[in-house]
Amino acid sequence: MRQTLFQKIWSSHIVVPRQKGPSLLYIDQHIVHEGSFHAFNQLRARKLSLRHPEQIFGVPDHYVPTWGRRKEDAATAEIANMITQFDVNMQWSGARHFSLHDARQGIVHVVGPEQGITLPGMVVTCSDSHTSTHGAMGAIAFGIGQSESMHVMATQTLWQIRPKVMRIRVDGPTGPGVSAKDIILAIIAKIGASGAVGHAIEYSGQAITSLSMEGRLTVCNMSIEAGARLGMIAPDDTVFEYLADKPLAPKGELWDEALRYWQTLRSDDDAQFDREEVIDGREIRPMVTWGTSPDEGCAIDQSVPDPDDIHDPMSREAARKSLEYMGLTPGMRLTDVTVDRVFIGSCTNSRLSDLEEAAKVLRGRKAKVPGIVVPGSGLVKAAAEAKGLHKIFIEAGLEWRESGCSMCAAMNGDQGKPGERIASTSNRNFVGRQGVGVRTHLLSPAMAAAAAVTGKLTDVRTLNGVQS
Amino acid sequence: MSQEQEKSATTTFEPLVRLSGKVAVLPGANTDTDQIIPARFLKKDRAQGYGQYLFHDARFDEQGNARQHPLNVETWNRPVILCVQDNFGCGSSREGAVYALVDYGIKAVVGTTFGDIFYNNCFKNGLLPVKLTPSDHQRLSRALAAMGGGALMTVDLESCTVSCGSESAGFEVDDFWRECLMKGLDEVSLTLSYEDQIGAFEDSYGKQFPWLRRNVKASD
Repeated sequence: MRQTLFQKIWSSHIVVPRQKGPSLLYIDQHIVHEGSFHAFNQLRARKLSLRHPEQIFGVPDHYVPTWGRRKEDAATAEIANMITQFDVNMQWSGARHFSLHDARQGIVHVVGPEQGITLPGMVVTCSDSHTSTHGAMGAIAFGIGQSESMHVMATQTLWQIRPKVMRIRVDGPTGPGVSAKDIILAIIAKIGASGAVGHAIEYSGQAITSLSMEGRLTVCNMSIEAGARLGMIAPDDTVFEYLADKPLAPKGELWDEALRYWQTLRSDDDAQFDREEVIDGREIRPMVTWGTSPDEGCAIDQSVPDPDDIHDPMSREAARKSLEYMGLTPGMRLTDVTVDRVFIGSCTNSRLSDLEEAAKVLRGRKAKVPGIVVPGSGLVKAAAEAKGLHKIFIEAGLEWRESGCSMCAAMNGDQGKPGERIASTSNRNFVGRQGVGVRTHLLSPAMAAAAAVTGKLTDVRTLNGVQS
Repeated sequence: MSQEQEKSATTTFEPLVRLSGKVAVLPGANTDTDQIIPARFLKKDRAQGYGQYLFHDARFDEQGNARQHPLNVETWNRPVILCVQDNFGCGSSREGAVYALVDYGIKAVVGTTFGDIFYNNCFKNGLLPVKLTPSDHQRLSRALAAMGGGALMTVDLESCTVSCGSESAGFEVDDFWRECLMKGLDEVSLTLSYEDQIGAFEDSYGKQFPWLRRNVKASD
């Protein structure tokens, strides 16, 4: 029978099938962080332990300080306690983990692929909604809650209803200045924040397959912002080459055996999808959000939309409220919007190539507004420093920090002040996400760097010397 | 599930069969879990109750004064049912959003579509998310609006219906989750009763995908 990539992986993980409703699904790998303390508390309360500690991995990221590597560097004693509690929980569990001081520490969704913890064909869970990131490796990867996290740790399984499968084909090539972030923001703007609820997305098309591994991770990362349960891309040589030297990837004969299997992981020709969307990648321009939902975005060369032009009454009302919160006037040019701060980082855009894109724009320039650059992991930080990128950021006037979720989750004390407007490479522009009353504009690393240089939302294509 | 499996299951929340009580109406689509509970409260111990943080920044200003919000309206105070709009609970996977609703006293959330992770989290905590068709949702919302503050709503999980005044509508919920809610059953003990199947699965799975066997020590 012709199968989609999703069906192939899903069906090989069914432990207890059920005709209707949820089946018991095997979980190859589960990832936890400091926020997982509720799950550990539940395990202990029920006198349960981990079924397979070797299939659980933990790293602190949400609450970690970015100006130091000791828990004493945490913004408050309460936050420091989250890091202590993480170490205690991980030691209790016996699971593999990197502590805050470990050179390999970083954001769960950066460290997972970087260490080869996630492999093609796996089912991966993590108590974080951006677990969809790992789907770029050709895996089924989705975020779960604390109770489900406890369930996975105790049983290595989860009761799950099979989502529908939707294919989004993005034809290419994309134009100059258009990054993976622009592609996914354009997709979300088109299908809406609830456009893919109940669905697994398989991304395909030349604009997707021509992306680097890191670009693919960025696209899959924001699948959840379109409401999708997960996003995935069929693994190909880009994935295999990326994985070849990763610490936890199989080696020798096991690699050869794995590779033969991984090469079968793609949707069969004529496989049936529940839904298909086609997007012309050639039409995509650098994107920026103007509202408080990730689907409220448009190309940088456009103007702030007028809610009165929106037909659907609910979207119209939502747009009105968004603009009020964002302090924007309908019809004003996006390039006239001044920003107070920039943030370059997050599980969406904190990998080496993201930092390189930002550095290209910032090289030899000065930032007009303050900002922080937060690498996705200690290894990304070291690689960036080996290339001298940190010097470019520091010379431009931005702060070069230690790795963590930082101003994306804004749980560690890195946050904006009420009323501030932030050009941010993160994934959510929700009300208050980056601090009470803070206004967030989502964009790519190059666009964030351009905003830092001019102090305004800026079309990176118009900056001299940026485009080759 | 078999009777034996049922016996071995643990009850961790009150069974929910039929619920009748005050309903509050929350406007706006795409209410994300950051709105339901702001991130800074997620490090709090559950034992102290998360109800106080529900919609915190929408309900209170920086000085702690009450803002204009449905839950701050006297007649809607302490509802047991929340009527919400499209894509409620989107965004972050934080189960704290469900803890906040449950600890506040909400037992059912009536909407159209929900964030997938939020939807799953509800069932683990005895909270019923009700998915209505857009037209049924509109009809019930009109009935609610006509009744004003303090309106009552009934949610019946046995017949899978929601009613309000003279209006009512059916809804679908998967039988598995429905049974868990109606009996207050917890999935973990149920799953543990499948130990033999899980063990057998792992044996054959390990042979099929030998590169996935990871014998990594915690200290590596």
